Amino acid sequence: MSISRRQFVGVAGAGIASMAAPNLVFAQSSDPIRVGLLAAKTGPLASGGIDMDLALTTFLKERDNTLAGRKVELIVADTAGVPATARTKAQELVEKNNVHCIIGPLAAFEALAIADYLTEKEMPTLGVAAAEDMTQRHPSPWFVRLTSTSAQCAYPLAEYSAKELKYKKIVTIADDFAYGHEMCAGFQRVFEDNGGKIIQKIFTPLATPDYGSYVAQVKSADAIFLGTAGSNGFRFLRQFIEYGLKDKMAVIGGMTALDESVLRNMGDEALGILTTSWYSAELDNPLNKAFAPAFRKQFKYDPGYYAGSTYVSGEVLEAALKTIKGNVEDKKALMAAIRASNADTIRGVIKFDEFGNAIGNVYIRKVTKSDGRLVNSVIKTYPDVSQFWTYDKTAFLKNPVYSRDYPPAKNLEP
Amino acid sequence: MQFWIIQGLNSLSLGGLLFLLSSGFSLIFGLMRLANLTHGAFFMLGTYLAATALRSFDSLNIWTTAIGAGFVVAALGGLFERLVLTRLKANPLGQVLVTLGMSFIISDACLMIWGGDSIPVPTPQNLQAPTRLFGFVFPTYRLVLVGLAVLVAAALYFLIERTRLGAMIRAGVDDRQMARAVGIPVSRLFTIVFCLGTGIAGAAGVLGGPILSAYPGLDADMLPLALIVVILGGIGSLLGAFVGSFVIGFIYTFGTALFPELAYIILFLPMIFVIAFRPQGLFGRVGA
Repeated sequence: MSISRRQFVGVAGAGIASMAAPNLVFAQSSDPIRVGLLAAKTGPLASGGIDMDLALTTFLKERDNTLAGRKVELIVADTAGVPATARTKAQELVEKNNVHCIIGPLAAFEALAIADYLTEKEMPTLGVAAAEDMTQRHPSPWFVRLTSTSAQCAYPLAEYSAKELKYKKIVTIADDFAYGHEMCAGFQRVFEDNGGKIIQKIFTPLATPDYGSYVAQVKSADAIFLGTAGSNGFRFLRQFIEYGLKDKMAVIGGMTALDESVLRNMGDEALGILTTSWYSAELDNPLNKAFAPAFRKQFKYDPGYYAGSTYVSGEVLEAALKTIKGNVEDKKALMAAIRASNADTIRGVIKFDEFGNAIGNVYIRKVTKSDGRLVNSVIKTYPDVSQFWTYDKTAFLKNPVYSRDYPPAKNLEP
Repeated sequence: MQFWIIQGLNSLSLGGLLFLLSSGFSLIFGLMRLANLTHGAFFMLGTYLAATALRSFDSLNIWTTAIGAGFVVAALGGLFERLVLTRLKANPLGQVLVTLGMSFIISDACLMIWGGDSIPVPTPQNLQAPTRLFGFVFPTYRLVLVGLAVLVAAALYFLIERTRLGAMIRAGVDDRQMARAVGIPVSRLFTIVFCLGTGIAGAAGVLGGPILSAYPGLDADMLPLALIVVILGGIGSLLGAFVGSFVIGFIYTFGTALFPELAYIILFLPMIFVIAFRPQGLFGRVGA
């Protein structure tokens, strides 16, 4: 069937005209608040993304999908853990769905892919991704992060290991990308400032099916620090135990090493391991005591880092919305309210520093058994931890961003 | 000294695992001239099946599970070959693309069924205690894996060199047209070999489970390794797959131990050299 040129121009013209027509948005208070969630629900990061969705949906359902008196519509977009898809989905949420704010994304590389776009479109974003520079050397007025930078939770654990556990030599192992580099760098800095020595830093490729050769390289030390993400830490730990090393060294981990989502597939070999995070399903505050058991009852597992992150975003958003009386159309007011908020959440009270990063409690947790299942019991709380720890922030920012080689590791054994 | 011994044993066990993974791939590539990109996914499917079976039923042991999973995956592979691949006989590039598509389908189905978390596969009870050698400790199961690889290699060698089926396979690899001309039912052979190759992959997935665990993305991690082994060792040669697996096992293990920043470069550099200077691989014998 052949199309005449006239028909083609007609149809194409109509198509272009409809796309170019401005989206007419009537700012009415009866219009729902549209919130976009960028989560990786497929691909290797899927388990975290699915938890993010479940927790946020639960949050809204508990409040009958109403915040500050207005109905809320949640639009979930699957980024698949791919930066290009994250970008496409972010554009869809902003331009097609006309969201008023965005929650997420999960991975640092996704966040970096959409950062300049969100700033350009002035879209308030409550981020989860941990990349340090997004709230240090390249902050955006439209971005806040309510979880933690890569190193923020590692600082208290490093101090705890040196001062209270009296460890002198530690080996670090992490995935070989920015998150792993930054976390180990932060841990190293505080541990060595407190008199300890990092004698070996191992970085494994993100996709490592077999950790055998890495386990065999681990030098003898007081402890090994796991700066891994996702299930890599747990797979490494299995090999570590099989090679008989758990009897010789303690194991401590960062905020994603032994997350609740990983613990549920582990056995007694995990007991006693210390990790650090801004959340634990066992937190003893009234908000968490309502949230965690309800989550477990509905989904049959404990909420961890990812579920906690979106639930906290919901709580912060609600607090900000109450301050501006639900008037989300005033984006600047919304952003200012978010940044000035002092919300009481399931992780404790959090507020934001001038770069948009959360200042809140960090918890040292120990894996114990409770009701026949493994949990991260809180053994110590460090209050009001900021991304700069005890360092002067101007000096901190003058230094280059944490990387594989910065700060330089001076105590490595050959 | 201890470092060299442990890494040497690691190399052998990785080599053994790689052989179990890539023997099927080499067979299929050699006979059917098809780079079966679904191979990693079939391997992963075996691992997931093992994870569920061994965690749900205490009475099952890993060896029967491996054989069982092998049959299940072989059946799936056979269906795929009969229903999809034969229809694309005239379009070899199309066949490769369809295997890639199938691998996405399988990996997404696994994500849907088993979720996004890593599921450990339990090591068999009687092999859990580590072996003590010269004052250090090494996981027993890994040593057993090396023995298994040798066993499978021997079985495959017997099949290919000493049976009629093997003779037909070798004829098909050497000269497909001539084999057809002398009356060898090449299409049926293709299905049999595809089932055999994918069945071995599924069984290998079960056997590799205690070391690797079942996780989304396992297929994408294992497929490049199978490709490297087969390119290095030579297409269509069992000896090539065997030698290639252990060579890669050693290169990868010692490479990551001695030059950790260059992990993947160490792996792919030999492959590039081989393709540049000896494209048929060490023992390759792809004929007309």
